[in-house]
Amino acid sequence: MSTARAPLIGQPVERKEDYRFVTGTGQYTDDIVLPRQAYAAFVRSPHAHANLLSLDTTAARGAAGVLGVYTGKDLANVGGVPCGWLIHSTDGTPMKEPKHPILAEDKVRHVGDPIALIVAESVRAAKSAAALIDVEYDALPAAVNPATAAASGTAVHDIAPDNICFTWAVGDKAAVDSAFAGAAHVTRLSLINNRLIPNAIEPRAANAQYSPANDSYTLYVTSQNPHVERLLMAAFVLGIPEHKLRVVAPDVGGGFGSKIYLYAEEAALVWASRRVGRPIKWTAERSESFLTDAHGRDHVTTAELALDADGKFLALRVDTIANMGAYLSTFAPCIPTILHATLLAGQYSTPHIHCQVRAVFTNTTPVDAYRGAGRPEATYLLERIVERAARELAIDPPELRRRNFIRKFPYATPVGLTYDTGDYEATLSRALELADVPGFPARKAQSERRGLLRGIGYSCYIEACGIAPSSIAGALGARAGLFEAGEVRVHPTGKVTVFTGSHSHGQGHETTFAQVVADKFGLALQDVQIEHGDTAKVLFGMGTYGSRSLAVGGSAIVKAADKILAKGRRIAAHLLEASDEDIEFRDGTFRVKGTDRSKTFAEIALAAYVPHHYPIEQLEPGLNENAFYDPPNFTFPAGSYVCEVELDPQTGAARIDRFTACDDFGNVVNPMIVEGQVHGGLAQGIGQALLEGCRYDEQSGQLLTGSLLDYTLPRADDLPGFLVETVKGTPCEHNPLGVKGCGEAGAIGSPPAVINALLDALAPYGVRELEMPATPFRIWRALAAARGTR
Amino acid sequence: MPSLSYHRPSSITEAVQMAHDDPDAKLLAGGQSIIPSLKLGLLAPSAFIDLGGLADLRGVRLAGRSLRIGAMSSHAEVANSADVRKHLPALAHLASGIGDRQVRNRGTIGGSLANNDPAADYPGAVLGLGAELRTDRRAIPADSFFQGLFATALGPDEIITAVEFPLPERAAYVKFPQPASRFALVGVFVSLTGKSVRVAVTGAGACVFRVPELEQALARGFSPESLAGITMPADALNTDLHGSAEYRAHLIPVLTRRAVAQALA
Amino acid sequence: MPLQIQLRVNGSAVTTEITPDTLLATFLREHLHLTGTHVGCDTASCGACTVLLDGLAVKSCNVLVAQVQNCDITTIEGITPADGSLHPMQAAFKACHGLQCGFCTPGMIMSAIDLVMHHDHSSDAEIRAGLTGNLCRCTGYHNIVRAVMQAAPIMRSAKS
Repeated sequence: MSTARAPLIGQPVERKEDYRFVTGTGQYTDDIVLPRQAYAAFVRSPHAHANLLSLDTTAARGAAGVLGVYTGKDLANVGGVPCGWLIHSTDGTPMKEPKHPILAEDKVRHVGDPIALIVAESVRAAKSAAALIDVEYDALPAAVNPATAAASGTAVHDIAPDNICFTWAVGDKAAVDSAFAGAAHVTRLSLINNRLIPNAIEPRAANAQYSPANDSYTLYVTSQNPHVERLLMAAFVLGIPEHKLRVVAPDVGGGFGSKIYLYAEEAALVWASRRVGRPIKWTAERSESFLTDAHGRDHVTTAELALDADGKFLALRVDTIANMGAYLSTFAPCIPTILHATLLAGQYSTPHIHCQVRAVFTNTTPVDAYRGAGRPEATYLLERIVERAARELAIDPPELRRRNFIRKFPYATPVGLTYDTGDYEATLSRALELADVPGFPARKAQSERRGLLRGIGYSCYIEACGIAPSSIAGALGARAGLFEAGEVRVHPTGKVTVFTGSHSHGQGHETTFAQVVADKFGLALQDVQIEHGDTAKVLFGMGTYGSRSLAVGGSAIVKAADKILAKGRRIAAHLLEASDEDIEFRDGTFRVKGTDRSKTFAEIALAAYVPHHYPIEQLEPGLNENAFYDPPNFTFPAGSYVCEVELDPQTGAARIDRFTACDDFGNVVNPMIVEGQVHGGLAQGIGQALLEGCRYDEQSGQLLTGSLLDYTLPRADDLPGFLVETVKGTPCEHNPLGVKGCGEAGAIGSPPAVINALLDALAPYGVRELEMPATPFRIWRALAAARGTR
Repeated sequence: MPSLSYHRPSSITEAVQMAHDDPDAKLLAGGQSIIPSLKLGLLAPSAFIDLGGLADLRGVRLAGRSLRIGAMSSHAEVANSADVRKHLPALAHLASGIGDRQVRNRGTIGGSLANNDPAADYPGAVLGLGAELRTDRRAIPADSFFQGLFATALGPDEIITAVEFPLPERAAYVKFPQPASRFALVGVFVSLTGKSVRVAVTGAGACVFRVPELEQALARGFSPESLAGITMPADALNTDLHGSAEYRAHLIPVLTRRAVAQALA
Repeated sequence: MPLQIQLRVNGSAVTTEITPDTLLATFLREHLHLTGTHVGCDTASCGACTVLLDGLAVKSCNVLVAQVQNCDITTIEGITPADGSLHPMQAAFKACHGLQCGFCTPGMIMSAIDLVMHHDHSSDAEIRAGLTGNLCRCTGYHNIVRAVMQAAPIMRSAKS
C-alpha cells in the first residue's frame, strides 16, 4: 500500500490523457453521433450591415430531407445572447447593451451574422436547403475601423448612435497631468494591437438533444466552461429550468478563449431540438469559424511615458479605443478595462497612471478574450514605450527597466491591483544570461557579413491570473462569481475520483490535478481519476480561462481533500482508540503520534463505507467532500523575455534566431506541462507579432483574411526552438499550492520582445515604428519609407 | 445540387472521348486544387474524369538532352526522381517546395499546369526552361501555353500527357512564399542554355511571364552583377494583402540575382 | 449516382457504395466510424486529417474515396498496437509532451511517420520543414520536433 515516496508535485510526469489522444480514441463533440441524429446548417449574412427586408423560406421547407427551418421570427420570445460583464462609463451611465438576437431579427450587423437555421437529415441536405432561402437585404454603410467608428455616421445599434459602448477610465488624471508637467523627458507612442482570430484547430461544434421522457435537454458542446454555458442558456436565453439542461464539454480541441462564450448557434440548436424532436448536430466549417468565433485584441492606443532625468518613470498616460465588434460577447467589456488598464504598472513602480478606454461597436465579428485577454495589450504598449524611452535616452533597455522595478512586496499599484510577491530582477538577470546577451555583438557582426541585420529586444511582463476574487470582480462589473468548485470522492477501496469545475482542453488537468491529489493522500498517480466537463457529474464550475485552473480550481480540490483528511482523522481516531488531536496523516497513513498504531488511507476509506465499527452518532458514513474556493487576490506571474531576430533587408523577411523566456510562476506542479504551456503561448505571441493579422475591407466590412490561405497561423518552420526556463520563483502567498498560472504568459510577454528586436535591427535605418504583424512586406515598406526610396 | 458522376477511363483515348462528350465534366488529376474548390462550392462539374488510372501518364524518362515527365507524376515523384535530381536539380528543388508534403504526394505536374494558378510554381519552370507540353494531340511550346489568369492553350477536351524539359546548362528557382498559403508571392526561375537565358516569374502577375530586360542583361553576362541597377515597373503586377505591386516589382530582380547565384553555385 | 468502391483500411478489405463526391475523411469518420482522423479546415491547410495512402501521407479531406479504389489506407487506429502499447511515434509524442489538446495529434503523428519513413530528415530545420503541412495551435511545435527526433532512430532501426 502507500508508503513513503518522492512527491509527484514538481515531477515532469507523462500525461494520463495522452494515450487516448495519440491513439485517436479521444472523443470530441463532432465524434458523437446520437440515435436519429439530425444535422444543422446556418444561413449567414453576406453583408456587414443591412436591413433584412424579407426572408422567404418556402422552398427550403419543402426541400428533400429538411426537418425544420427557423428564423429570427420563430425565436422572438427567446432572449438574446447575454453579456456577463457590466461596465459603467465615467459619467456613471451603464454601458450600451444592445440585444444580441440568436437569429437576426430585422438587421444584420456583421458578415456571418446568422439569419436562419435549417435542420435536415444530413449536412448536405441542410446546406442544399440553405441555398434555397431567399433573403432580400437593404445594404447599409458599415462602420468597420474602430478608430473612426464614432465619427462614421452609421450606427451599428440605434441605442448607441455614435457607436460608443462606454467610456471608462482608471487612475488619478490630475496627478498624472501634474507629473507630466514636471517631467524631464516624455516618450510618446501610437500603436495598434492587431486583431487576431483564435483558430483552435478543432472547429466549434454542438449536438443538442431533447428528451421528452423527462422533459430535459442535453447539449454536447465545444466549451471551456459547461456550467457557465448552462447557466447563461437556461436563465437568460431559453428559460429552460437549469436542472433540465445538461451540458457536456467532452474532449475539446483547444480554446484559447474562443470557446468560453455562449454562442448563438448553440442556443439555436438546443431550442430547435425540442421542436424537431431529434438530436441536432452542427460543426463549424473553418470559414464559419473565421466569421463567428469571437476575435481577440483590436485596440488603437496612444501612450505617453513621463520620466525624470535619471530615467525614473514618473507617470504613464494611455488612451485606448477597443473594438467590441457588432455585439457584446460574454466577457467583452471586461477585457480592455479590468484585464488591460489595471495591468499598466507592469513590473514598474510608476507612481501615477491614467488610462481611458472607449469601447466601440463596429460591423465586425464580436471581439472577446483571446489568450492573454487585455494583458497582452497592456504589456505590448508598456514594453514598447519603455524600450523606445531607453533608445531616446540612450540607456540600455534592461538597465532602464531595472531602475524602475518594483522591489518591495506587497505592492499596491496606482491602477487598483496589489501584487503579493515577485522578483523581477531574478527573471531578468537569468533571461539575459540564458540569452547570451554579451555574445550579441559578435552574432550581429556575423549576420552583417552575410548581408543580414540582427536585433535584440526585451520584454518584462506581468499578468493578473487566478481570476478572480468574486467580490473584486463584482465591484468591477462581473455579473457572476469567479470561484471554483471541486469534489473529492474516495471510493470504498481507497481509489479516488476528483470532480473539478475547471475544464481541460489541452492543459493537462487530468495529470496535474491528479499529481496534487495523489501527493495529498499518498496514493499512486493511477489511483486518482480527474473528471471534468459534464454538468451532470461535476457539482459546479466557472471553467478554464485566465490561467486560473490550478490556482483556483486546484485550490478548491485541495480544500476538499483537506476535508477528507479531517474526516479520515476522526475515523482513524475512533478505530485506533485515540483522540482526534493525536492522529497524524503522513505518507498515506493515519497514525497515533509516537506509536506504531496506524491505519492506511484505504482502510479508513473502507471503514467509512462499511461503518460497522464507526462513530455513527458523531459522523456520517462515506468519504466524499466538496469545496468552493474563492481566491482572496489575483496571482501575478511575471517574467522576462529576450528575442533575437535576423532580417533580410532586401526582402524584409525576418526570422527569429533565438527566443529566451524566463518565467516566475510560483510553485510548479508539472514542469513538463508548464514548459509546454509557455511554448504554446510563445507561438501565439510570435504569431501575433510576425504573422497573424485579421483584416477587414474598410468600406464593405468583408473579412479579407477569411481562410487559412490568407490568415497566417504559425507553422513549424515559422518558429524557432525555444529556450524556456522557469525560475525557482516566488510562490503565491494566498493560495494553498503557491501557484500563479502559466497558460497565457508566453502570449503576453512575447509580442513586444519580437517587435523591439526588429526595431533594434532596423534602428540604423531610421525605422522607429512597425505595425504587427510585421510581415516581410511591412518590414520592406518601413525600410523603403525610411530610405526615402518609395 | 445536381449529382456528380465519376468516370475512371482506362486509356487516354477514352478519357478524351469522355471529356468531349460532356463539356461540363472536369478532368481530375491529383485533385489538390479541384477538390477544395468543390468543397467550397466554387465548382460544380457534372462529372469527374479521373486520370488516376492511366499508368502511361506517370514517370520520368531521360531522352537525350531532355527529361520527359508524365503529366500524372506527383510533385513528390519529381522531387525524388534520381534523374531529375541529377540532370535538372532546379526542377527537383522546385517540386520539393510546392505546397506541403501531403500535397506533394497527390498533386501532379499536369494538373498544376492545366490549372495555371497565377501563383503556382511549375509554370515558372516550364516557361523558364522553354519546355514543351505534350497533349493527346499535339505539342505546345511553353511560350504559347500560358495565356492568362487560369487560362491555357488547352482545348476543352485536350489532355496533357507529358512535359518535355530541355536540359539547361544552369538553372535555379527561388521562391518568396506568401506567408499563409505558401504559394509564390514571387517566384523566379532562371536558366542558361548555350547563349540563351530565360527568366520566368510566377506569383507576381495574372499569369507567369518572362522578363526580357533581365534575360538580355544576363545574356550579356550570366552573373548576379549583370543585374545591378535594373528595376522593374510595377504596372500590371498583383497587389493583395501580402504585398503591393511595388513590393513584387522590387522582389523580381532581388530573387533573380539570388537564382543566378544559385545556378552558378 | 452511387459508386461501388473497394479498398483496404487498416488492413481490412472494405467494399462500399458512396456518392462520387464523398471525401475520404468523411468516409473514414462517418461510414467507418474511425473518428481518430479529424477535420480542422475546409481548405486542405491544417493536416489534421492526414492518413497514409499506400504508405504516403495525404490529407484525407482532399482526396475522394472514388480516387482510392483498391488502395491501402492507414489511419491512426491502424498504427496502434492491439496490446495497449504504442507505436514508437505515438510513444515519443507522449514522452516528449508533443501534444496538448490532441486534436491535431493523429494527423501530426501520421505525417511524422511518413516523414521518418520516406525522408532522411533529422535536423531541427529539416523536421520543421517536413511538418509544414500540419498545423498545431497548442505546442508551438517545440516538443513535436523533439518527439520526431526521438522516434526516428527507433523506427529506422526497426525498419532495417
